[in-house]
Amino acid sequence: MIEIIDLHKSFNGLNVLKGVNLTIANKELNAIIGKSGCGKSVLVKHIIGLIKPDKGKILIDGVDITAVSAEEVDKIREKLGVVFQGGALFDSMTVFGNVAFPLREKTKLGKKEIREKVLTALEDVGLGSAGKKYPAEVSGGMRKRVALARALITEPKIVLFDEPSTGLDPIILHAIHRLIIDTHKKYGFTGVVISHEIPEIFDIADRVAMMNDGVIVEAGTPEDIKNSANPYVRQFITGALEGPIESLA
Amino acid sequence: MERFLRILGEWALSMLRKMGHIFLFLLNSIYFIFIPPFKFKVLLRQIRFFGNKSLVVILLTGAFAGMVLAIQLYYTLRKFGSDALLGPAIALTLIRELGPVLSALMVTGRAGSALTAEIGIMSITEQIDALTAMALNPIRYLIVPNIVAAMMVFPLLAAIFDLTGIYSGYIIAVNLLGMSEGTYFAQIETFVEMADIRQGFYKSLSFGVIVSWICCYKGYHTVYGAEGVSRSTTEAVVMSSVSILIWDYFLGSVFL
Repeated sequence: MIEIIDLHKSFNGLNVLKGVNLTIANKELNAIIGKSGCGKSVLVKHIIGLIKPDKGKILIDGVDITAVSAEEVDKIREKLGVVFQGGALFDSMTVFGNVAFPLREKTKLGKKEIREKVLTALEDVGLGSAGKKYPAEVSGGMRKRVALARALITEPKIVLFDEPSTGLDPIILHAIHRLIIDTHKKYGFTGVVISHEIPEIFDIADRVAMMNDGVIVEAGTPEDIKNSANPYVRQFITGALEGPIESLA
Repeated sequence: MERFLRILGEWALSMLRKMGHIFLFLLNSIYFIFIPPFKFKVLLRQIRFFGNKSLVVILLTGAFAGMVLAIQLYYTLRKFGSDALLGPAIALTLIRELGPVLSALMVTGRAGSALTAEIGIMSITEQIDALTAMALNPIRYLIVPNIVAAMMVFPLLAAIFDLTGIYSGYIIAVNLLGMSEGTYFAQIETFVEMADIRQGFYKSLSFGVIVSWICCYKGYHTVYGAEGVSRSTTEAVVMSSVSILIWDYFLGSVFL
């Protein structure tokens, strides 16, 4: 379980997170939606422990990662898989090398076992024949799938998806969402998906939280969010220019 | 006046903070040099990156540095009737000074800039964050192998630079300036001491640390996309080159 309690963060005097409170239950697929720049990615970086908050707590399975040593944060990170916004694949390695990397570095598996696991993971994301290609040689959608395979290869308890479908065409977007659902069913991880893909995100998430201006303004099931009377939520899901959210802020 | 002092104070504090940050980066890297697991494969790749790929430029610059020295020193020494000392003059200049400095400057331009750009791109494309997210320490994985590789490769490249320079100087001295073959090398043997070679070695070893440290630091802290990579690369090359010359003076005055 992930509990985010009163999380604050500012950069050079600009308050990005202004008291985020959110609870993410085990094995659920949670979506965090909100307009660009509202602090979603900063929130994910806090969960990974890449950024220290100014105030507040992040409890992962009861351990406050903001208050423990670097070694203990690393132990928590071993439970995490992360799909970064741009994939964050290592340019110098092939697709196979990228997916095999966490196994080579973090486990004592032999070459044969690693090869089998990687090929299975690549098959799972529909990239069985792309292993020898380099990240620069594959499309944006393929890079996201490689990143997904890499994030899942160690079978983590928690997987964070930072805008996994941004910049993709509608068909690839649905394919990525389908993959997230399928892999969630197969591996049973707790998922956090940062997205602003409306309405597609409602089809994949068990729960949705809407973030605006550094705080969670509403959280609930996709149905709750769709039927919410909250003016921020209404404006965001309808994409209206008029409303409490500044359209060009 | 008060405003001026405030600005000056803020600038001084900011500089101190930056310097502290840079030194902490080095201390952190040195700490992880001695903490297993060691990344031997990455180390070998970086030795190749610094060494093998810089070899041609080192051979070329070493050869021309030796030839220029032969002509210029012969002209000067002949005025004092000491042209027989051309061999040791070239050898000492190269071994004590030009070999370590010029080879370090060349490697900075070729490998240092590439290193900053590579780590910089890794930084802006979240590859460094990805390493951290996998509970892999990026300092251990990315920075330490570069610093160790540079410490191993810089003295070797300086030695190759020295030898190339001495032999190219020999070719000019014997074939163009009419010196006898025996005089050139015999005098080198007489005048070049182990202490001179040791000085050159220490210099190039420390240049290896300086260049890899600065280039890694600049790359690691790259922000703001392609423009940021360009800025980091330029700053890394300028800062490394200036630091090489300042440190060279400092070491030279200590050794002398």
